[in-house]
Amino acid sequence: MEKINYRELGCESPRFWTGMGVMAFLILLALVAVYHMEHNGHYVTGMTNQVVWGLPHVFAIFLIVAASGALNVASIGSVFGGPMYKPLGRFSSILAVALLAGGLMVLVLDLGRPDRLIIAMTKYNFKSIFAWNIYLYTGFFVIVGLYMWAMIDRKGSKMYRPLGITAFLWRLALTTGTGSIFGFLVAREAYDAAVMAPMFIIMSFSYGLAFFIITLMAAYWWDDRHIGDLRIAKLRKLLGVFVAAVLYFALVYHLTNLYITQHHGIESFVLLEGGVYTKMFWIGQVLIGGIIPLFLIYSPAFSTSRFAILAASFMVLLGGFFQVYIIVIGGQAFPMTMFPGKEVIESSFFDGVVSSYIPTVSEAMLGVGGIVVAMTIVAVVARMFPMLPDSLEDPDNI
Amino acid sequence: MSDCKQQPDMKRREFLSNTVVAAGAVTVAPGVLLTTTEAKADGKGVSSNTRWGMLIDTNKCADGCTSCVSACDKENGIDLVKKPEGHDDAMWEQQRPQWIRKVKLRDTQSSVVSNLPLMCQHCEHPPCVDVCPTGASFKRADGIVMVDRHICIGCRYCMMACPYKARSFIHADVAEQVVNSPRGKGCVESCNLCAHRLDAGQGNTACAEACAKDGHNAIVFGDLKDPNSAVSKALKSQPSRQLREDLMLNTGVRYTNV
Repeated sequence: MEKINYRELGCESPRFWTGMGVMAFLILLALVAVYHMEHNGHYVTGMTNQVVWGLPHVFAIFLIVAASGALNVASIGSVFGGPMYKPLGRFSSILAVALLAGGLMVLVLDLGRPDRLIIAMTKYNFKSIFAWNIYLYTGFFVIVGLYMWAMIDRKGSKMYRPLGITAFLWRLALTTGTGSIFGFLVAREAYDAAVMAPMFIIMSFSYGLAFFIITLMAAYWWDDRHIGDLRIAKLRKLLGVFVAAVLYFALVYHLTNLYITQHHGIESFVLLEGGVYTKMFWIGQVLIGGIIPLFLIYSPAFSTSRFAILAASFMVLLGGFFQVYIIVIGGQAFPMTMFPGKEVIESSFFDGVVSSYIPTVSEAMLGVGGIVVAMTIVAVVARMFPMLPDSLEDPDNI
Repeated sequence: MSDCKQQPDMKRREFLSNTVVAAGAVTVAPGVLLTTTEAKADGKGVSSNTRWGMLIDTNKCADGCTSCVSACDKENGIDLVKKPEGHDDAMWEQQRPQWIRKVKLRDTQSSVVSNLPLMCQHCEHPPCVDVCPTGASFKRADGIVMVDRHICIGCRYCMMACPYKARSFIHADVAEQVVNSPRGKGCVESCNLCAHRLDAGQGNTACAEACAKDGHNAIVFGDLKDPNSAVSKALKSQPSRQLREDLMLNTGVRYTNV
């Protein structure tokens, strides 16, 4: 097998600096938004006592889910012995760490008291899946950091496989933890389902790989390097499998709910009568996030089109964003059934009615800031360390 | 082999380490220094021999009466939380804190209308306590579920978990407050069965008192573990139920005729 040379991303290209400049500006906007929301309080956001988690949580959960999935390419290389994926391991790891950092930043900056972050790190209630997640997230940084070291430093080569396996198992635990944030909420009909955890894992496979494909192609474009057709084809096919699996899990989730009479309300809300949420489900999640990408991936007409795979990846991310939006916001907007067999005629606290939520620009700016922070980390680290193979031309002997 | 000239500039290294230490101190200090003051009980702690709870008779709860709500608002300084200037009224309605609210229901089969006050149900197994990452949401030995606002980080996971939507997040700065119920922007709070009154030896909540004063007596408050308490006797004398009893939370607040 030929030797792979890794090289830092060059910064001579004006594309690199223009990109960095745009990202710095977007991060600045996110900071302004945070200052606005934290200084005034959450009343300036669209969040209320009815919809308590808003757009920032959609972005945060989306990024955290994608983060663990972005590590898959590395895992396939080291755990499952895929030679075509192995050279991409370093980049996959840094992307995973960066996406997690971006997601956590959004989550923390949306807290009512972000200044009390130290309390979240020193006081734990171990019955809370949130508290477990704090360990799972910090552990992920440490383990993937060591994994990266094992990939880069010759001294660490002995540890490469054990660390690869540990990182793979850890990422499964991490996404299980993220899915369980909702799976353990017995009160709300949209949640309280064990399938949430494996569904989040398969969502992470799909979103993570879509992020990976986009950032990899962007990095090689920035630096005028070339990726071989065979590698692109492999990634494309893998994405196809993941996208189909996400659709399958969505189907299982909804079919299960449709079987349970108690959950018919939330199902007709999401699938038929939920207005914006119904549109997001059918047009956003199913069509944009599932059917069109599958067509772009499997249609022979686009089999060699790089634009098609890039478009499919973007659509997977967009559809995934809608999917998380429906889970987080739709699940809260739908009223809880507190009084079965009764209808609420009057309540000052909006019992029994669908809650409205209109996100504000600041919330969106903070969320976008999370994505941009992740991308900036990737760009800076790939600039400083040899993360990407000099060339990703197809090997001759495969 | 290293060349001395290639050694890093020590001043720069010192500057960097000092910066890291200073940044660390700035991050850590507020949490450590501002949260060391623990609330102190007056020598006597609360005991698990008591479990505070209430029985609400919806037949006695009068349509249109909001005495319990007003009394709670006054007792706990909720009426002092003002809408930020220029803020949208409809939006503020959904953002202002409410510890207790009146709900009017109609039976879908019989069309019978009932009224009831709804607040934190003080579960024996509270989901809000289970999910709170820091332990800020806690249950006292005497069954009162409340928020330690010194360690609440404002994540709102408890609000997601509560089956009764009993919790409120403080969305804006609070200018005025009452001594017995301190509150701050960015924390979550809910009914604490007027814990300050109970700790001071007053055996009743503001809502139950107001309801009795108006002659309705829809709320009977007391110690569920004391067989001679009014609430225990009332519970024995008529069938009652918990809201969302399917969740098996064993609530401290019970309802009759709903």
